[in-house]
Amino acid sequence: MGSNSDSKGEGGGGAPGGVSRRSFLQGMGLAVGVATVPLGLRESSAAPGAVSGIGPGPARLRLKINGAEKIVDVEPRLTLNDVLRDELDLTGTKLVCGRGACGACTVMVDGESVCSCMMLAVDARGKEITTVEGLAGSDGTLDPVQAAFIEFDGQQCGFCTPGMVVRARAFLNEHPEPTREDVQHGLSGNICRCGTYDGVIAAVLSAAGKEASKA
Amino acid sequence: MEILIPKTLDEALALMAERGGELTPIAGGTDVLVSWHSREHESLKLLDLSRLGAELGSIRFSDEHLHLGALSTYWQAIDNAQVREEFPLLVAAAKEVGAIQIQTRGTWAGNIGNGSPAADGVPALLACDAVVVLSSKSETVEAPLHEFWTGYKQTVRQSDQLIVEIKVPRRDRDFQHWHKVGSRAAQAITKVGVAMAHDAEGWRIAANSVAPYVVRCRAVEKALDEGRKFGRPEDLEELLAADVAPIDDIRSTGEFRRKVLARIIYFGLAEPSIKPLADVGA
Ligand SMILES: Cc1cc2nc3c(=O)[nH]c(=O)nc-3n(C[C@H](O)[C@H](O)[C@H](O)COP(=O)(O)OP(=O)(O)OC[C@H]3O[C@@H](n4cnc5c(N)ncnc54)[C@H](O)[C@@H]3O)c2cc1C
Ligand code: FES
Ligand code: FES
Repeated sequence: MGSNSDSKGEGGGGAPGGVSRRSFLQGMGLAVGVATVPLGLRESSAAPGAVSGIGPGPARLRLKINGAEKIVDVEPRLTLNDVLRDELDLTGTKLVCGRGACGACTVMVDGESVCSCMMLAVDARGKEITTVEGLAGSDGTLDPVQAAFIEFDGQQCGFCTPGMVVRARAFLNEHPEPTREDVQHGLSGNICRCGTYDGVIAAVLSAAGKEASKA
Repeated sequence: MEILIPKTLDEALALMAERGGELTPIAGGTDVLVSWHSREHESLKLLDLSRLGAELGSIRFSDEHLHLGALSTYWQAIDNAQVREEFPLLVAAAKEVGAIQIQTRGTWAGNIGNGSPAADGVPALLACDAVVVLSSKSETVEAPLHEFWTGYKQTVRQSDQLIVEIKVPRRDRDFQHWHKVGSRAAQAITKVGVAMAHDAEGWRIAANSVAPYVVRCRAVEKALDEGRKFGRPEDLEELLAADVAPIDDIRSTGEFRRKVLARIIYFGLAEPSIKPLADVGA
């Protein structure tokens, strides 16, 4: 699941009638692109060659992770997930499908839930990254979501749990007073192979209730 | 793999002018990074658009249009009260793209740029008569989205052009319907889907996963514009034969797609998924 980029199996057939519009246009001797309407000339001020590429060798990146600046020298092809796990030893963030479909690698980027396996580390520069390691207080006090996962058995094997917990934290920031349906929809990007969804939903609803009564 | 990271749109367009043919632009990366493992790392050359947020990242309204910057995401549209009010069809589609972790990163322009026939943002944009704004180093042009594709993953975009914006006309739409059929409620690629809208200019019916690219169903639109009423879904099926060419694949069969498309249009006409607001006057 997840790939829209492969050429197989996307429901499209050959062009209807066997003639694509492109070949039709080419057959007519018209330049493809004839459909466009010019809006005006652009003045470009960029000097050619002003941007030099990085890669395939390592480049130096500064990342802001759980409030601390981290400097890593990594190949620019690496994802944020690769850098968190392999370079920074923040292995709470898991890697399962590696293609955005399961949510096990969820982190917060400027507060938004993102699959760290689908984001290049270079793109994470200048953004606030929060991983599961960054949720508890510096004195070790658990985030209410973490405490509720323990109380309600929100995990079995636990492999999906860090992603669930991070997504649940971001979700409650977005929806302080969610319904059960809101939780189901809000966490639908996190797949649990053990099927412990009932515990997860109960935990998130309980954490929401506790936070609401404190607020 | 090599990555070029321009800091301004002008720099990006200069790079496209020089090397556009070999560069793959990357926005949210939710399509590009799915397939990159299988690519030759050494030969892949990415043009990272992520530093262009100031120029391409916003959603704004002008008198006539909603402007979706090329880096604007589904999440930004869902999060925008004015978009929710004026373009519920776009928001309905946005909420069904992948799951939240994809919606926060996936862009409308990337959905068009990837060009999958199963793309979910595209039918909603088509039903709202969207226009793609393309820039190169020398000029900016517009292409109506319904003329953007010329074949499977073939488009009118030239190798030196970037999508800079998608413009969607602001109109009173008195009918809007959205229906996606997938194998589960979230995180599923569309087996067949439809976006429908009616306004003063007539009917727009766009279907995904039923042709080499997302298509408008012109025969059905014409019949509806002429005031035809459909008594049974089978009559729509006949008309759709001219509009779509669904195939059998790993997700579904051509026959299923044709039959279901006729029915989601038929039942949508009777009961649209998006209810127009009751106008109770002053
Ligand atoms: C788990 C998962 C689930 C998904 N579910 C869905 C779904 O339900 N429905 C759906 O429609 N899609 C789905 N997708 C696909 C994807 O999320 C969307 O197509 C998204 O809109 C792509 O946007 P992006 O910014 O991430 O694109 P990118 O991956 O950055 O780019 C996609 C393509 O567009 C090109 N491009 C991007 N920006 C520009 C530009 N400005 N100018 C020119 N070319 C450009 C790129 O070169 C590339 O070819 C899913 C993907 C994943 C991983
Ligand atoms: S590992 Fe990133 S979504 Fe599955
Ligand atoms: S607890 Fe095992 S995968 Fe969720």
